[in-house]
Amino acid sequence: MIFAFDIIILIFLIVAALIALNVKDLLSASMIFGIYGFLICLLWAEMGAVDVAFTEAAVGAGISAVLFIATVYNTCRRSSD
Amino acid sequence: MITKVLATVAVVITGALLLYGTADFPAFGDPNSPASAGVEGGAPSISKYFITESYGDTKVPNLVTSVLADYRGYDTMFETVVVLAAGMAIFAILRVFREEDDLVPNASHSEGNSFTDGDHSRIIVGTTVRLVVPVIQLFALYVIAHGHHSPGGGFQGGVILGASFIIIALATDLGYALNRFSEKSYFNLAAIGILIYAGFGVLCQVLGSNFLDYGVLQKVLFTDGPEMARSHSMLGVEVGVAFTVTGIMFAIYANLSSRGTLKSGL
Repeated sequence: MIFAFDIIILIFLIVAALIALNVKDLLSASMIFGIYGFLICLLWAEMGAVDVAFTEAAVGAGISAVLFIATVYNTCRRSSD
Repeated sequence: MITKVLATVAVVITGALLLYGTADFPAFGDPNSPASAGVEGGAPSISKYFITESYGDTKVPNLVTSVLADYRGYDTMFETVVVLAAGMAIFAILRVFREEDDLVPNASHSEGNSFTDGDHSRIIVGTTVRLVVPVIQLFALYVIAHGHHSPGGGFQGGVILGASFIIIALATDLGYALNRFSEKSYFNLAAIGILIYAGFGVLCQVLGSNFLDYGVLQKVLFTDGPEMARSHSMLGVEVGVAFTVTGIMFAIYANLSSRGTLKSGL
């Protein structure tokens, strides 16, 4: 566990979360949510929980981004709030 | 506006309380914390037991997998059932069978090489996908089969295998992927996965032990001792988990991307 690396990833995590919440284009939001998942995956790998990191890389950064995009294409592209 | 302010205040107060609460926690990875070392004169440490004894019990080097698939086998079995239930819920909510709901023209059953038909951007994507998909599927099988020796296992490998079919559906169209992995086969695969997992449990009961107590399977697996039987049974249940997860991942994508018609995806 490297403290400085943790801090950098956590800052990026918060930035990614805020952008994903605030961006109007839902397609961009789902892509940024994928980045968020990948950052969490990095954090877990760095803390030594490799199995969890692997699951997060496959599910959080991979599948769920695709599922979000599939949903966005079938609803509407822009957020109203 | 006032609700937003109130919500922000509530979030800030909750966050501050949580941060205050973490001050009492032992340091990250502290070997002397109660969770790691147990309580003096009280409960012995379960972490220490797993770290020192799990290899001797199961001959599985990856102790995450041995905890997941053996010591907590029930938990993992019903996790897999939850995945199946999620797929069933998606099916129940989204799947439509009426023909008039097919608003988008049906382009799914085009003949020929669907990977490289159409405009140039699709040729690039299609060729890349055709080259990459076998590698992805091989890697997924490695992750499943090697899950008890290295990080990985049924859930991760199943998701990667499901993703390889999703990538085919993204690069071509849903119908092309469904010709290879139809609705009937993915739900059958998902159900068979649960049956494999539960079958290992029932087999243990038939041989006179507890449900999912793999040690007795040495009689049918012809291993040297109960430890290797546990190791091989873990591989078996991981395969079951992978079947279910693969089927359900593709089921969720197919239903979501085509609004339940399974006619034309993205």
